[in-house]
Amino acid sequence: MASMYSEKVMDHFAHPRNVGELPDANGVGEVGNPKCGDIMRMYLKIENGIIKDVKFLTFGCGAAIATSSMATELIKGKSIEEALKLTNKAVVEALDGLPPIKVHCSVLAEQAVKAALSDYYRRQGIDPEPIVGKLEEDCHDCNGACGI
Amino acid sequence: MRIVEKIVYLDNAATTPVAPEVLEVVTKALSGACGNPSSHYSVGYEAKEFVDTGRAQVAKAINCQPGEIFFTGCGSEADNWAIKGTALKLAKKGKKHLITSQFEHHAVLHSMKALEREGFEVTYLPITSDGFVRPEDVEAAIRPDTALVTVMMANNEIGTIQPIKEIAAVCKKHGVWCHTDAVQAVGAIPIDVQDLGVDMLSMSGHKFNAPKGIGALYIRRGILPYNLIDGGGQEGRRRAGTENVAGIAGIGKALEMATGHLEEKMAHQRELRDYTINRILKNIPLARLNGSWENRLPGNVNISFPGLEGETILLDLDMHGICASTGSACNSDSLDPSHVLLSIGLPEEIGHGSMRFTFGPQNTMEEAEYLCQTLEEIIPRRRAMSCMWLQNENTVRDFNLKK
Repeated sequence: MASMYSEKVMDHFAHPRNVGELPDANGVGEVGNPKCGDIMRMYLKIENGIIKDVKFLTFGCGAAIATSSMATELIKGKSIEEALKLTNKAVVEALDGLPPIKVHCSVLAEQAVKAALSDYYRRQGIDPEPIVGKLEEDCHDCNGACGI
Repeated sequence: MRIVEKIVYLDNAATTPVAPEVLEVVTKALSGACGNPSSHYSVGYEAKEFVDTGRAQVAKAINCQPGEIFFTGCGSEADNWAIKGTALKLAKKGKKHLITSQFEHHAVLHSMKALEREGFEVTYLPITSDGFVRPEDVEAAIRPDTALVTVMMANNEIGTIQPIKEIAAVCKKHGVWCHTDAVQAVGAIPIDVQDLGVDMLSMSGHKFNAPKGIGALYIRRGILPYNLIDGGGQEGRRRAGTENVAGIAGIGKALEMATGHLEEKMAHQRELRDYTINRILKNIPLARLNGSWENRLPGNVNISFPGLEGETILLDLDMHGICASTGSACNSDSLDPSHVLLSIGLPEEIGHGSMRFTFGPQNTMEEAEYLCQTLEEIIPRRRAMSCMWLQNENTVRDFNLKK
């Protein structure tokens, strides 16, 4: 079937991995903006510096769901250090590409992971900024596609 | 990755399939009449006959003279012509103010923006929460320098039918030209330009089973907007360019067919529409009908599903073979919520989760049932994956990122 999305994106959209809530999460992050129509919430369960489990809930388009799903796959079982290295580019590549107007969804997925890691550090009483970096307010890098 | 074989086409406001009878006429015009309608020999006359017939059919369908129908390349061209041709003409008389509404098609809104850049002033009338422009608002906005009022006959996203007769009467009273973009209305509901009293009316063939690439502008005798396309003497010297003979033959035949047995077709579409609205509102929590149920195009359903983003629903429906739309198809490359839904006061996140289903005469009750059944399956599944949906409380959460 003709589609604006790659088969990988459609697979992750139709069958999202790691979707749902994580009641015993120790790091939760949420990013997005209702104007863009994309909001992602990421739950992490971290033990001994390893992401033991990860889940997400996303309000958004097909690409938002697929990038959330792919981001969870890419960080599950990995160390915090590895998760911090996750870039939106890696998410896009793993999905065999995204239409240009949807690239901002991958940025959101990267930010959702970072927001959840920041929350984890805050809960440990550690200032996350030196480790995770400063998180942009709301969304960015959609090249003005959302009209803000 | 469709999971079913069948296709259920429920996007008739975007475009419609070419009717077999129309295809026959179009093919005949394309294969036979190879002459130029302006040429004075038999082959040219043959082509001219297709053009004359098409014009007569369109004129009869909306109750005007054939000489008041001017064929264009599309509905957007007709809108551009009516608006820019009027503005440039009447600016000479010092009239540089135009009135339209906030929820017009972009062919109108962007024409207005173009005129604003050239120093014209435009008033954008507000829309009521049930989707109407009020004639009293039109009257209040009219100034001594107002050149044109243009309000659409029926909205392309929410299907609400505007009080154009009353608006045209207000315009007449104040000596202001009145145009209506009737692209969604022509062929879908009865249109009589004498009864409406408008000076100009735009239509587009592909919305009523003619091919794409043919539109028309009705211009009342005595109303003379400047030309948009200058050149040869076609269309009474008012729209240059060799006629789209096959397209004209097609739009004529299609409109003749669409307006025949129109009441029966409307009753059928209304049945599908009302069944769909009733069932969705009953079975899907928080679903909301956008635009009034009364005075609505017979085939239009526009519903918001709070907690979800429209594209999610669109893709899921596509996998089930159902063609629908989030807002208007022209918007699919933009991430903005629909300007129509914002104009009736919907919050942005709800506007994002809105779907339009538009039935045509060819759709069946079985298809309406299939749509409802599919929505009843996919909406709860997708809501369970959405961070905007509170699964245990079966409602949407207040959106506030900073919380």
